[in-house]
Amino acid sequence: MSDVQKSLALHLGLLALLFVLQFILPAYHQGNLARIMVLATYAIGFNILFGYTGLLSLGHAMFFAAGMYGMGLSIRYFGFSPGPAVIAGIVAGVVLSAAVGALALRTVGVAFMIVTLMFAQAVYLTVLYFGEFTRGDEGFVIQQAERVFLGIDLSQPTERYFAAFALFSVCLLISMWVIQRPFGKVLIAIRENEERAQMLGYDVFRHKWGAVILSGTISAAAGAFYGLLFGYAGATFATVQYSILPLLWVLLGGAGTLIGPFIGALFTFYLIDIASGLTNAYMLIVGLVLVLLTLFARQGIGGEIRARLWKWLP
Amino acid sequence: MSLLSTQGLSKSFAGLRAVHDVNFTLPKGEIRALIGPNGAGKTTFVSLLCGRIEASAGTVEFDGADVSNLPAHKRIQRGMAYTFQITSVFAKLSAHENIALAVRRRGGDVAVDVPHALERVGLADRQNDLAGDLSYGHQRLLEIAMGLAQKPRLLILDEPTQGLADSEITAFKALVRDLAAEATILLIEHNMSVVMDTADKITVLNFGEILSEGTPAEVRADKAVQAAYLGTG
Amino acid sequence: MIASFEGAVTAAVLTLTALGLSLVFGVMRVVNVAHGEFFMLGAVLAWWIATAIGGHPAYGFVAALVVAPLLVGLIAALADMTILKRIDYDPERTIVATIGLLYIIQQVTLMTYGPEARPVEAPFNSRILLPLLDWSNGWPSLYYPTGWGAPSITSYKLFVIGAAAAVVFSVWILMTRTKIGLIMRATQLDGEMAQAFGIPIERVYAFVFGLGAALAALGAVLIVPIQQAHYLMGHDPLLLSFIVVIIGGLGSLPGTVVAAILIGMSDGIISVFFTPTLAKIIATMLVALVLVFRPQGLFGTRAA
Repeated sequence: MSDVQKSLALHLGLLALLFVLQFILPAYHQGNLARIMVLATYAIGFNILFGYTGLLSLGHAMFFAAGMYGMGLSIRYFGFSPGPAVIAGIVAGVVLSAAVGALALRTVGVAFMIVTLMFAQAVYLTVLYFGEFTRGDEGFVIQQAERVFLGIDLSQPTERYFAAFALFSVCLLISMWVIQRPFGKVLIAIRENEERAQMLGYDVFRHKWGAVILSGTISAAAGAFYGLLFGYAGATFATVQYSILPLLWVLLGGAGTLIGPFIGALFTFYLIDIASGLTNAYMLIVGLVLVLLTLFARQGIGGEIRARLWKWLP
Repeated sequence: MSLLSTQGLSKSFAGLRAVHDVNFTLPKGEIRALIGPNGAGKTTFVSLLCGRIEASAGTVEFDGADVSNLPAHKRIQRGMAYTFQITSVFAKLSAHENIALAVRRRGGDVAVDVPHALERVGLADRQNDLAGDLSYGHQRLLEIAMGLAQKPRLLILDEPTQGLADSEITAFKALVRDLAAEATILLIEHNMSVVMDTADKITVLNFGEILSEGTPAEVRADKAVQAAYLGTG
Repeated sequence: MIASFEGAVTAAVLTLTALGLSLVFGVMRVVNVAHGEFFMLGAVLAWWIATAIGGHPAYGFVAALVVAPLLVGLIAALADMTILKRIDYDPERTIVATIGLLYIIQQVTLMTYGPEARPVEAPFNSRILLPLLDWSNGWPSLYYPTGWGAPSITSYKLFVIGAAAAVVFSVWILMTRTKIGLIMRATQLDGEMAQAFGIPIERVYAFVFGLGAALAALGAVLIVPIQQAHYLMGHDPLLLSFIVVIIGGLGSLPGTVVAAILIGMSDGIISVFFTPTLAKIIATMLVALVLVFRPQGLFGTRAA
């Protein structure tokens, strides 16, 4: 089997497994997995920028929130049905990521991290500022009746699971496709040696900008789906915590691997799930894992697998 | 017909004049060597040419068009290629992928052009090795292959033979002469044997300015050049 | 005028905190995202110490003033030696590691100190009436309005301003006149050369990291009688310190001080015109735009 075929087998296999699990799992885990798949999609978005292009953004929550509020506000105030609402969320993501990218990409390294952090903070504060409409930290509920898409009631566990699954599969396949295209390969080249890529004649800025937009859009799609499927939009999702979490998921699962985002999201979810049963200081786990990862296992789980076992893992 | 020319090209770094008021012309099809003592400004000068560094003053003209305000990647797209003095390959990617990246940007056929480039520099059997695992000399050859794969009109080689074994240097000289049919070559070199055996013409740089220019014989005999760099041996 | 005194208090504490962050970035070239948590630790430890000592608040306060920054500095130095050194002070990895450190410190505090905000009593706190200028006689003379609503400031707040100024001055003396300061500046200018001269870079880094944290903790101890100690109180100082250091210019200590004074003072004035949220939005956008368009800030010479 060629490398491409092995990769396809693995990822399609994962999707098949996820599809089947819906029928096997007890309700609690089924709900968790739906959540995990949406969050893993967010991680996929983050991974495209961080894992594949090598740009660390500390402000991705702004894209997630843009999707969530784009979707939520259009249902709440403009009476959109779920389909157009999600599209509104995605469009919000595209616009925001294009604007932020155009500015932030003028900086590099640490400055880029701080700039993205600042923009995200500004977005969070803006959500609070317009609390009259967004209901700030408290957030607002999206009613069950508003979550019916083409006759399918997305608040029901099974329908919700499949919607999450659909989102995750589409975005996973998109990322798989992008990595194999010339565009994706240039992103990897930029990560590996940006000056060299530039001196080969590639317009590095435009490629990075494209990466930011793709990354932000997928993150926004995840945000839109999260709000829709779980019926709630709130400013918490725009806080720094939701910018750090995808970083944790991707680092843990393996930055720069296709499967890493899912593995990271899965592990972290259950780690936090178990931890919050023990203490209300469950973010301690996040802190410890981040420190341990960056000290000892920068490649994450996926990266270790790729280094030691399956060299073909994309 | 000059492929490349500069007028008053200068670069200062906070008061240090690295390149000063250089008027340089390179005719098409020539193999030009750029020599001079360390710190003379050779790498700075060629970096100004390909746009890697922004000039403080002066203009660069390439193939009849003023490219002074074009960013590096646009100049490369117009037909320049640059190989780094300090090897700069994609260490974690395979040799194949390194060259494929060069080929793809140009719109070439990866399946054909990559093996071809590898063969020309003698790295055909190392296609799947990680670039970072190659020996230093082989990495430099990979750099050259990446330059070739871009099928440039102007190929700028920055100390390409540094670290190469003698046999590799001989092969390199043959390669350069071979390439001259397809591209104009600007070569920064310290290895005088390479310079004398391949260059049509030599430009000598000293303290950021052109000290002398001429055929290898002329330059070798030039007293000023001998004093600054070559010695009388 | 009240606003400017209140602003001066804010500026005083902010100067100390931001100075700590700036020092670390200036010498070690790393961004410490956990800086705000060291601030918080200073306040929380001050509460522990003051509560443990009891008696007249002054005893507890003085003890806290000395011990808390020392302890926090030691904790920070420890973190540097165990974590930062191992990752070679790589900028990106340091940011990730210090984010982790942030959560560790914050959550451990939550587990031990709890989620409540607790006050610490100031060592002295008399009201000082402020004079106004009276022009009724044709020339300016001072008069002291009394009664409810008369402008006043507490003696403690004056102390905070004075103490902060004294500390900043001491740091300046340290950096410019002592051997340690010389070593720090040498390391900042050229780490490798410093090493070649036999300077033990790793110890310098541990010291600087500890000093930076201690400064923040000191600022927190000063402010805790006015604010209360709470496990989340590191968030705002962190953001403000970032703003100050970036606008003042990364790596420039004078720039940091000037920016801290400006921003601390204007914080009070801006709050008069804008709601706190809007003011914060403007501030964060300002930082982002400064980094994008004028990365060297007001005084800095190096881009980030």
